[in-house]
This record gives sequence, C-alpha cells and structure tokens, in this order.
Amino acid sequence: MDVINVDIAIVGAGGAGLRAAIAAAEADPKMNIVLISKVYPMRSHTCAAEGGAAGVIKSNDSLDYHFNDTVGGGDWLTDQDAVELFVNEIPKELTRMEHWGCPWSREETGNVAVRPFGGMKIMRTWFAADKTGFHMLHTLFQTTLKYKSVKRLDEHYATDLIVEDGRVQGVICLEMCTGKLKLVKAKSVIIASGGAGKIFPFTTNGAIKTGDGMAMAYRAGVPLKDMEFVQYHPTGLPGSGILLTEGCRGEGGYLLNKDGYRYLQDYDLGTATPEPVLKSMELGPRDRLSQAFWHEQQKGRTIQSKWGDVVHLDMRHLGEKKINERLPLVRDLSRSYVGADPVTDLVPVRPVVHYMMGGIHTDINAATTIDGLYAAGECACVSINGANRLGSNSLGELLVFGSRAGQNAVEHVRTAKAAAGKSVEKQASEAEQRIKLLYTRKGKERVSVLRNELTHSMEDGCGIYRSEDTLKSTCEKIIEVRDRYKNVMLEDKSSVFNTDLFQVLELGAMIECAQTVAVSALERKESRGAHQRLDHVKRDDVKYLKHSMAFYNPNGDPRIDYLDVVITKSQPAERVYGAAAGGQHI
Amino acid sequence: MSTRTITMEVLRYRPEQDQEPFFQTYTVPCDPDWVVLDALNYIKDELDRTLSYRWSCHMFVCGSCGMVIDGEPKLGCKAFLKDYGDKIRVEPMANFPIERDLVVVIDDFIEKLESVKPYLIPKEPRTIEQGEYLQTPAQLKAFKQYSMCINCLLCYSACPQYGLDSSFVGPSALALAHRYNMDSRDVGRKAREDVVASHEGIWECSFVGACSQVCPKDVDPAGAIQQTKITSAIDYVTSFLPGGNR
Repeated sequence: MDVINVDIAIVGAGGAGLRAAIAAAEADPKMNIVLISKVYPMRSHTCAAEGGAAGVIKSNDSLDYHFNDTVGGGDWLTDQDAVELFVNEIPKELTRMEHWGCPWSREETGNVAVRPFGGMKIMRTWFAADKTGFHMLHTLFQTTLKYKSVKRLDEHYATDLIVEDGRVQGVICLEMCTGKLKLVKAKSVIIASGGAGKIFPFTTNGAIKTGDGMAMAYRAGVPLKDMEFVQYHPTGLPGSGILLTEGCRGEGGYLLNKDGYRYLQDYDLGTATPEPVLKSMELGPRDRLSQAFWHEQQKGRTIQSKWGDVVHLDMRHLGEKKINERLPLVRDLSRSYVGADPVTDLVPVRPVVHYMMGGIHTDINAATTIDGLYAAGECACVSINGANRLGSNSLGELLVFGSRAGQNAVEHVRTAKAAAGKSVEKQASEAEQRIKLLYTRKGKERVSVLRNELTHSMEDGCGIYRSEDTLKSTCEKIIEVRDRYKNVMLEDKSSVFNTDLFQVLELGAMIECAQTVAVSALERKESRGAHQRLDHVKRDDVKYLKHSMAFYNPNGDPRIDYLDVVITKSQPAERVYGAAAGGQHI
Repeated sequence: MSTRTITMEVLRYRPEQDQEPFFQTYTVPCDPDWVVLDALNYIKDELDRTLSYRWSCHMFVCGSCGMVIDGEPKLGCKAFLKDYGDKIRVEPMANFPIERDLVVVIDDFIEKLESVKPYLIPKEPRTIEQGEYLQTPAQLKAFKQYSMCINCLLCYSACPQYGLDSSFVGPSALALAHRYNMDSRDVGRKAREDVVASHEGIWECSFVGACSQVCPKDVDPAGAIQQTKITSAIDYVTSFLPGGNR
C-alpha cells in the first residue's frame, strides 16, 4: 500500500474542507496539508446552496438579534456558547470571502447587499443571486490554489480512520481511477464530508451526500449528536426534489393551497400582508412551514398533481426583472423540470429532505472526542443549529468552524507527541482485507434493492411527523437491512473507476447514519423543532433539553446517551412568529 | 404514470477488459419527465451494475455529468428525454482520454485551470477591519457572467482547436482568467498574461464559438476570449508608445 505522510489530512473538499485548508495554510505555511475528496472540489454539494449566508453587517442589526433568532429557531437545543462565537465570527468570515473575490450581490452604493430569510428578524443574509453556495465553493477552491502547501487527492474515497490509543493517526483512502488503497498518515485529521440526505428517497441532496465521513467517525468511536433532527425544506420541486431557495419567499413569494389561500396564516405564523414581514408567514422557519404543509395535506387542501400532493409557490407578482436578477436559477430549474415559469405560472412545490442538523459531536473548537480529529460543516454538530437550522446559517457555519478546525489542527500538529503508531499498518491492512472480501465473496443482496428499502423506510418512519409505531418498524427494518448488507453483492469486479464498489461502500455509511437517526428519534419522546412526535406533541424541557448522543454498536442499535445543552443567556421559551416576533416590514 | 421505452446506446470502455470502446444497447422504460441522467441511473440500478459515469447534484450546478448525447455535448441532468427520439446515443465527452465508460480523464483541464491564477490578486491586501471592497452593481456585472462557469467541460468537448492541439489553454480556463481580469477588485492581469496571452492562450482560439453554443450556463467563453484578445492587442501596441515598457 502506498503511504503518504502529511501533517493534516482533510476529508472532504467542499466549503468546510477548503476553508479549513486555507486556515491551516495561513496559520503555518510549513504544514503539509492534503485535501482528500471523492469528487473534484467544485463538484462538492456546497455548490447547490442557493439563498445566502447570514452575518450581521448593517447598522440596524445586532449580534444579539442574530443570536436570539438562531437560538429560538433551534428550539433552544443550540449550544449558546457556540452560537455566540458563530454570530461574532461570521461577519468577518463573509468579509474575508469578499476579499477573496466572492461575487456578492451589491447595493447601488457598492456595499454588499442583504436579503430577508426565514426566521431572521432583520435582513442579514448576504447572497450572490441565487447561487451563493456555488460562488462560495468556487471562490474557496480557486483561492486554495494560491497555497502551495495544500495538495489534493481528488477522486479518492476515504474508507477508514486510523486511530491508536485515542489518537488519530491517519486515513485510508481508495484512489478511484485505479482502485488502489493509500494510507495517508497524518497528525491531525479534519472531517468535512457533508451530510447524509441520501438516506431519504426524496431529497435536495446530490448523489454524493451519503454520510461517509459521519459513519467513518462514528465507527471509530465518536458519537453522532442530535441525529433525529432532519430538516425538510418547504419548497422542493416535486418529482426531482430539486431545491427552490428560501430566497423565493424572501423576495416576496407566497405559498398557496388548492383554494389559492395563504394557508400559513392558520398555523400561528402571522397574518397575510401583501409585502413580506420578517419572521412571519412565508418567512417563518423551515420546520414550521413543512409541518403546515403536512396539516394542509391531512385536511385535503393540497393540490393533487402527477407528482403527488403539492402546494403552489406564487412569485408572479415579483415581476420578470426581479426574478431574473435575484432568482435566475429558480426560473431556469422551474421551467426545465416542472414546465412552470415563475414569471407567469404558479410553481408546484412540496417539503423535501434538505439538511442534517445532527452530526459528528464536536466542541466549539471543532474538536471531536478523538485526539487530533476535527469535524466541520454539515457532517459536524457543534451545535449551532439545535432542533432546526435557520436558512442561511449553514454557509456561515462551514466558514467559521471550517476555519477553526484548520487552525486547531495546526495547533495540534505542533503540540502532539509522536505516537507509537504500532498498529497503523495492521489497521490499514484490515481495511484492505475488508475491500478484498467484497471482491471474493459471493454476495446475493443487490445494492440498489437494499438502498431502496432503507430510504423508503426512513421516509415512512422519520418524516415530518413521527410516532412510536412507525419509528419502531423503521428501526427494525434498518436492523434487517444492516444484516442483509453483510451479504451485499459486488457485481462489478474491476478496479478502474468502479462505481458499483463506491455505491456499496456508500450504502454501508448510509445504513449507519440512518440507524442513528431512527433510534435517536424513537428515544426522544417529545416534539421539538424538526422532530415532531404525534404521540408526544409537547416539548419536554425537563427530560429532553439535551443533546442525544448515538454511540456505535456493531451488533445492534446504537447506545443513546444524553448531553446537557449549553445555556448562557437565553432561557428556553416559546418560539414566537408572526406579529409578536417583531420582525421588520420589508 | 405513463412510461416510454427508450433504446440507449451507451459507449462502454473498461480498460482492464475491453480492447477498444464499443456501444452497448439498453432498453429502458422511462418516465416522460426524465432526463438522460435518470435513464442512466435506471440502467445502473436495474440492468447493469458495471456502467460507470459521474454525477451528483442533478440540478446543473455541480458540473459532473457532462457527456455527448446524440452527438452534442450536454449535461446529463439537463437533457430532457422529451427533446429526444426513442433511440439515444450517449458517449463520453470528446477531446479527453476515456478513463472508463462515460468517465473521462480531466487532469489536463485541472492543470490549465490552476495555470491562469484564478484567484483575486488585489492591489494591496485589505484587513477585515477595513470592511468590504466597494463594487457597484455595474462593476459586478462586468465580470459576473464569466464567474458562472461550473467547469463541466462541455466547451472543451466542443472546441475544435482543443481537439487539434491540447496545449491550447481552452475556453473555460480563459474565461475564468477573464473573470478575474474584469473584476474591479483585481490587478492581476499582468500576472496572468504569461499564460493567457501566450501562443497556447487566447491567440490559438480560431473563434468558431462552439464553446459558447454548448455552455449550459451562458458563460460565453468565446466572447471572453475575444475581449481578452482586444485588451492584449492594445497592451502590445501601447507598449511601443512613449512610456511603454518596450
């Protein structure tokens, strides 16, 4: 096996991984840094983020407002020390992105423009039309090219972490174009591999979002935190699940039921005014809007379409000029995929799985429970998102905590004692054997069949509303799928760019992530944020103002433990939207 | 939901076992709303686990699924079956070596991308305390179009010049250099000129414009290259004038 020696290995080269690489390179130009990704950096799913990144910059705003919106939006399951740090750092990070060339949309004065976003009391979301993530990703990727100390292993699939005596020693990865395994020995490892939306059948997430990094850390012993909190974005295109940004509503779009009625007014989200009001109606938080869809569906007030039940997103009153300027991708996608032009037509939409609030447990330094192992971005849970992430906080999160991960990884390299490394080669060879076994064994379970059963069971049990019965059957199904996976069939025995092999490995990661979601959801007997139980409809701060922590168990359900939430200055209260929330009129 | 049966002819090449590329035919029951990528995913899941291709976002922004569909470079996720007949031919992008099936080797492009210094080179670095650079909407508009490139490489597949001589820097990388050159915050044009205005740079473009025609994001690399030629020519002439650098 080829051995590569570096100081810092970063798994994932999307927004968080690239930001970490730049931070590490700037902190110490002598560090040898390698970015390992199963795709070329610009293919990473950060590119699909549309709406923007929130950061306090305007004079009518304050860090406290951003803090309060985020903590309340997360239904008080956020760690407030992390949120405070986040809202403080993010304006600086966004400014740094500007200095690196990110093409932020502008005001006439030349200052960066901001737009309204769901659950935010003040307009504070920086944006680059409706391709913010795309521009951030390309800006970060192109900026990394300045740093000669940052090397890349593009199209390398990381399979295992090497850990000895509680200290990370490196990563094993598979060179996709040859099928060869490589051992990357590193003093610090940062996981920045994104979320796991693909454990659901209907998602905005790209094919690559299979939770590989989450599962890798989990198998190595790091708990996955708050995994039951899965965000449904209220406006996905039916059929494909393609995202239509919250910016559609930020710019003034309405959500209508089959009677052309702005139904959100029936769900404690405010009154229907023609102009948008922040923290009200269509600018409420994502969990509440997706739940309102579910209730409309129960009442028979959604629209039957060939893609199933939908509601309508009405942007016609915004006019062609504004739509072209602010929402060009939305127009392109709507016309292409559902044949509806937002300028003249109502666009059918429905809630769609979008984001994992949970992830690899880290502290505010992006450090995990394994010495030298860090995590940042969607794969991590710091936690600033709590039970429900506000739109436009995740692009900021990957910058702030990607950067911290990079800096702290450097610090760790400087101070860590050299490890004995006695078992490194052995662990590498075991990883190799596991892959070899796939080639030689005669499996009989098809990867596409198992994946299909897994994802549909997740939708049945872990959807917008959950109950004990459906959760239990999903948990049982996952145990069954996990068992059958031991007998999965590798049909393609070749070495060069074997996508059958990658999908088999990805399915293994998906099963682990799915199990933590379902079991954590079953154990949380309350309703909070994106986790709604039909059999436990109230939030229960006495028992569950706690993070769930799922620990790996190779032979059954994960062990679920709980960790106190960090509360500094905002005591849990009722979440308020509509007029009482005091949101700005736009 | 109604289905439509389509015959897909897909170019196959597995270097470990195939002497040369060949077409393999699949019969695919399709939903009429599908794109070509959906049909490939059907083949992968239901008919043939050995077919390899790249894809991810399914919303024309990650740039992974460039391929040649019925002779035309296209994104698989933006090629709607309703626009095609009942027989569709799918090949890897032209002008790149085939790694396997529809997967091509793009190392050459990555090197070229890196060579044009595609990052902001400011006159003087700015501190965070100084805040953002001011840039008016008009200044943004001057380069915005060229910042839209998703690196899907359909333009390289369509470019006759790159096909003839792969030393040509090519449309996407040159458009990206132009993107930074046109950015009011940037002063790096001179630093990029070594590559951009070299023999293998803009001057090799024969202005066929195929790149701009196939671009799924309306980046117009051909326009970028023409504009760069004009600026470079002016630079060359003015370099002989009093105060010039020759």
